[in-house]
Amino acid sequence: MRFIKFARAALALAGSLAAAGGALAQEPIRIGAFLSVTGPAAFLGDPEQKTLEMVVERINAAGGVLGRKLQLVAYDDSGDAEKARTFAKRLLEQDQVDVIVGGSTTGTTMAVVPLVEAAGTPFVSLAGAVVIVEPPKKWVFKTPHTDRMACEKIFVDMQTRKLSKVALISGAGGFDKSMRGECLKVAPKYNIEVVADETYGATDNDMTAQLTKLRTSGAQAVLNAGFGQGPAIVTRNYRQVGLTLPLYQSHGVASMEYVKLSGPAAEGVRLPAAALLVPDLLASNDPQKAVVTAYKRDYEARFKSDVSTFGGHAYDGLMLVVGAITRAGSTDKAKVRDALESTKGYVGTAGVVNMSPTDHMGLDLSAFVMLEVKGGTWSLAR
Amino acid sequence: MGSNWLQFVASGVTSGAIYALVALGFSIIYNASGAINFAQGEFVMIGGMSAVMLLALGLPLLVALPLAVLVAVIVALLVEKLAIEPARHAGTVTLIIITIGVAMFLRGLAQLLWGKGVHRLPAFSSEQPIEWLGATILPQSLWVMGGAALAVVALSWFYGRTLLGKAMRATSHNRIAAQLVGINTRGVLLASFGLAAGLGALGGVLIAPIAFTSYDSGIMLGLKGFAAAMLGGLGSFTGAVLGGLVLGLLEGLGAGFVSSAYKDAIAFVVILAVLFLMPGGLLGGRGSERV
Repeated sequence: MRFIKFARAALALAGSLAAAGGALAQEPIRIGAFLSVTGPAAFLGDPEQKTLEMVVERINAAGGVLGRKLQLVAYDDSGDAEKARTFAKRLLEQDQVDVIVGGSTTGTTMAVVPLVEAAGTPFVSLAGAVVIVEPPKKWVFKTPHTDRMACEKIFVDMQTRKLSKVALISGAGGFDKSMRGECLKVAPKYNIEVVADETYGATDNDMTAQLTKLRTSGAQAVLNAGFGQGPAIVTRNYRQVGLTLPLYQSHGVASMEYVKLSGPAAEGVRLPAAALLVPDLLASNDPQKAVVTAYKRDYEARFKSDVSTFGGHAYDGLMLVVGAITRAGSTDKAKVRDALESTKGYVGTAGVVNMSPTDHMGLDLSAFVMLEVKGGTWSLAR
Repeated sequence: MGSNWLQFVASGVTSGAIYALVALGFSIIYNASGAINFAQGEFVMIGGMSAVMLLALGLPLLVALPLAVLVAVIVALLVEKLAIEPARHAGTVTLIIITIGVAMFLRGLAQLLWGKGVHRLPAFSSEQPIEWLGATILPQSLWVMGGAALAVVALSWFYGRTLLGKAMRATSHNRIAAQLVGINTRGVLLASFGLAAGLGALGGVLIAPIAFTSYDSGIMLGLKGFAAAMLGGLGSFTGAVLGGLVLGLLEGLGAGFVSSAYKDAIAFVVILAVLFLMPGGLLGGRGSERV
């Protein structure tokens, strides 16, 4: 009697275990995200969130990954590093996500790095600064170009134009300062001499004083490491004080908004930008052409707003993760991490990605195209 | 080098005129209520952004600009009725905190309504810089300066010669006494909000071709405008203009002759020094005279 009872219990247990096993196979792959959807960095987080939702939906409609659906668990950290930390903790402990794609700003990303390193969960950041992947951290990857690459791309262009003396003018924001520092660091490598180094405040509305000083510095070109509306004011003031030297802007203002704000003063300005901005200008044999054209078309059709490189970073982050999970054949965190690190030849919106144990970003200078403003729109610089 | 310092001055005067226009709005409300209106920068922003929106709707500049000012005035009157008036018996500090809340609310609303983009108005006259002894200045800067000068003249006429203006001054000196002689002190506060917003919005449309406008441009304008108003002496209109110009010139000359990295520090150290020696500001009243 007792035996029968035991057998029945064992049978029931086995049955429920089998059921649980079946359910496990159907369990979705959980993608965690913390993004700055509101707040000062909303222009980053907003397109990122939209992109993640769009791509997850599309992948699920096509049958998911490894036969499992993707489930997006996204939180809005409103650009606050402290909040980002809290949400990352929740993603890791409560939501038990398989990977994290997120971190709109360098600040929110760096706040979360120690957590994912301790938890051992693969994390693909969408923020720009070099510090995220330098030195390489075991579980941390990133998709966007760095400001150092932008400096290098600009300096290479200067070299081909035989310009060796450059005047820097930069804003007071985090992006501006970081890029200024990187440019100063890599300038000697390209035999570029920085002959002047001026700054302006984020709240300034007239930079003619700084530009007047640059006029007498003996520079052959001017590089503006800036973000937001400052560079547009610099560009207008640049023509106002009669400067005719070549003017370079950063990838931070690679948008039509900058060209519109600067008006005719922007003519001839050069800047490095992601291919995503100018799919039509790419050669038909460019490997990125198909990817960026499709993403731009889907995004603009669905959200009725211009595509931005930031959304593209989220697209790349998610696709890298999906690729890694597919190659790993499971969501085992260590295997996914190894697969991420061995990503080769992934063609994304930011460029062609080749990761290695020492390079957790995997982009080279070919990821940027050098653009020049001509007739109020972009053209490829030659 | 000779033309260099002229350009530094031109740069300073351009920024200074902008700060002056914002500072004037602070002084109006300070005079009427004794409170600092931290939503003043938002009124400026509403002026600029409304003008951008109305132009985008296809209205000509001459129609869009007065309408934009009107929009800001209506918003300010609503703010006064719904947020400031119910709390009129509370202390000045409470009023100030309410205006900070109003500023955040208006900023959020603008973000929802107009998006996060930066916009620019076309220049009123030519875009061609005017050259003088090697220094250049944009015609729009002259518009801003002219606007600030005109505003000061109009304000002193309004406060010195009209009944409503005199009523506002009486209220600022002694609210209870003003009430006793039959002045509608509630109406005065309402009118001063409308006036400050109208002036702020006028500034907003004047500066939008130079400094651009976006949902959050009110923050920086409010901060610099407030500093200018403090420097010139809160409540004094000539002081507001003087404060704005001095602040702008300090920045321009500081950036030109010392270092652009320290220009804000230079400006604020000077402001602190002035306020330390003259707590009322450059033209601030020492006694009860505030206008």
